[in-house]
Amino acid sequence: MSVPVLSVLNLRVEFPTRRGSLTAVDGVSFDIMPGEVLGLVGESGAGKSVTGAAVIGLLDPPGRLAGGEVRLAGERIDRLRGEAMRRLRGKHIGMVFQDPMTSLNPLMRIGDQLVETISAHLDMSGDAARERARVLLSEVGIPAPDLRIDDYPHQFSGGMRQRVVLALALAAEPRLIIADEPTTALDVSVQAQIIALLKRLCAQHGVAVLLITHDMGVIAETADRVAVMYAGRIVEIGPLRAVLAQPLHPYTQGLIGAIPTLDSELDRLVQIPGSMPRLTNMPPGCAFHPRCPRVLAPCRTERPPQIDVARSTAACWLYREQAVAP
Amino acid sequence: MSAAPLVTVENLGRSFDVSRPWLNRVIEREKRRLLVAAAGVTFTIGRKQTFALVGESGSGKTTVARMMVGLIAPTTGDVVIDGVSMTARGQDAERRRLRRRIHMIFQNPYASLNPRWRARDIVAEPIRAFGLAGSRGDVDTEVSKLLRLVGLDPGDSGKYPHEFSGGQRQRIAIARALASRPDFIVCDEPTSALDVSVQAQTLNLMRDLQDRFGLTYLLISHNLAVVRHMASRVGVMYLGRLVEIADVREIFRAPRHPYTRMLLEAVPDLALSGRPRKPIAGEPPNPIDPPTGCAFHPRCPHATDRCRREAPPLTTLPSVMVACHGVTEGRI
Repeated sequence: MSVPVLSVLNLRVEFPTRRGSLTAVDGVSFDIMPGEVLGLVGESGAGKSVTGAAVIGLLDPPGRLAGGEVRLAGERIDRLRGEAMRRLRGKHIGMVFQDPMTSLNPLMRIGDQLVETISAHLDMSGDAARERARVLLSEVGIPAPDLRIDDYPHQFSGGMRQRVVLALALAAEPRLIIADEPTTALDVSVQAQIIALLKRLCAQHGVAVLLITHDMGVIAETADRVAVMYAGRIVEIGPLRAVLAQPLHPYTQGLIGAIPTLDSELDRLVQIPGSMPRLTNMPPGCAFHPRCPRVLAPCRTERPPQIDVARSTAACWLYREQAVAP
Repeated sequence: MSAAPLVTVENLGRSFDVSRPWLNRVIEREKRRLLVAAAGVTFTIGRKQTFALVGESGSGKTTVARMMVGLIAPTTGDVVIDGVSMTARGQDAERRRLRRRIHMIFQNPYASLNPRWRARDIVAEPIRAFGLAGSRGDVDTEVSKLLRLVGLDPGDSGKYPHEFSGGQRQRIAIARALASRPDFIVCDEPTSALDVSVQAQTLNLMRDLQDRFGLTYLLISHNLAVVRHMASRVGVMYLGRLVEIADVREIFRAPRHPYTRMLLEAVPDLALSGRPRKPIAGEPPNPIDPPTGCAFHPRCPHATDRCRREAPPLTTLPSVMVACHGVTEGRI
């Protein structure tokens, strides 16, 4: 088996406050193989974006990495600081955020922004870099790239800007792209275009993708594997089809049942009572137990381990029989 | 559907003047520029029904919603609710009485609640404004009742909006909308700022309340699955015009307008049925400079010369109203 592009082990992120530190991400582990799209899904406050930021060393202070390992192609990167981390990020990790203007400089022509990235990381300059920029723009589906290469970001529509960001993310031939809600700000018809483009380009370039989103629809269209986060922990991780069709964890089951679909004739949607606990008020045991319809005795006191069930893994006491004795 | 519809919208239109200042126009010999946000919008909503308006951003859904509750005045056409016109002169007294019976729920529960007011004052405002309860004690009882109705703890009524989660805030907004005992509620993207599990709670609540109080809803949404779940009739808008109106089953079973089909195509497939998906070309055009003829023709796979020249009118066919030359000519 080849080495995962990204390997995260027992990641823990804390935010120190006056009343003690809050754990936003607690023991999160996952691998992403080359060319694979891992969807990280969860509701607001589940810790998915913080996980993404922690992986690339972009945690906003006072948040800090309190434990665990992050490896890029086998090498520890969680201890890198400052310039070393910045160079590694620029070269090996591309980023796509919800708002394309987070990534684009409004005062620079998009061609110059691409050329800057390419010549900083690829040992290419002048005409060669500009030619690569033009090829990238046509790859992401910008019509007439020869003309548009000298336009400023404001001259593009929202969907086109997100395409430019995708070109920028791919410019330095990264191994990994972290896409945090890349389609949330776009209209539905444009959303479908960007999703298809992201998937196609990453497959062509053999780039691994960590796709962070709240939208199960986007996950269904794009991901190979899915990790479901709840209250800072991964509650279930497995192949897309398994997680969507036979979800194991009661939270995943509730989450999928809550989504209205086009062919449902149901009068009522499945409803998870209550809401996600606050970080200041985390229940003991399994964080989901106060809302869980199938709660058992150990759920209230003991945190469930990750248990392998079929091809997936779930952190849920329902499957304790399947747990292999140590 | 009962005989007389509760809401009748007739040829409703609104344009916004986006011209440059007068001096620039004179010097540079520019004409006035108008943005037509909505034009020729016509539909009716039966009592206790939910009519959904769907479309992408810039299609004019919210402009229509705002005209329906009187937040902006229409440039053309009229909205008639239970026999009372929102624009005609001489009906001021009736219109004032009508105000109590219409309410609106906004998209963003972070912006629609005054952050300096406690939950109880937010919910009590319509009760006080319309003089629906006598004493202070009556108002408090009514507020507690409303909060319990939407699934909040009346004990929290002294809290400020920032102390509630997004879903709870939307519940406060719903409680406020119900406070004046309305018949008709305009819901503008009521759940698009909410997480799916909270969305499910909110949609279920809206349906329960509709059954219980016989409410009529106008639901504005870009999410077709939500529309499928909530609506009895659906109108699809594109660039300020209605392109298709049909019953909810009909529109999802057999969409007629190419744009409606395109929107349905774009809905992600959660069942992983392997439903074939056609790539969708293009983006919505700029409403300041709309295409000639049918506004959808630059993105339409069936467009002909006639579509480029002539705007299609909304035509009534059996079980559907549709504005498309291709459909009326029998090509699609």
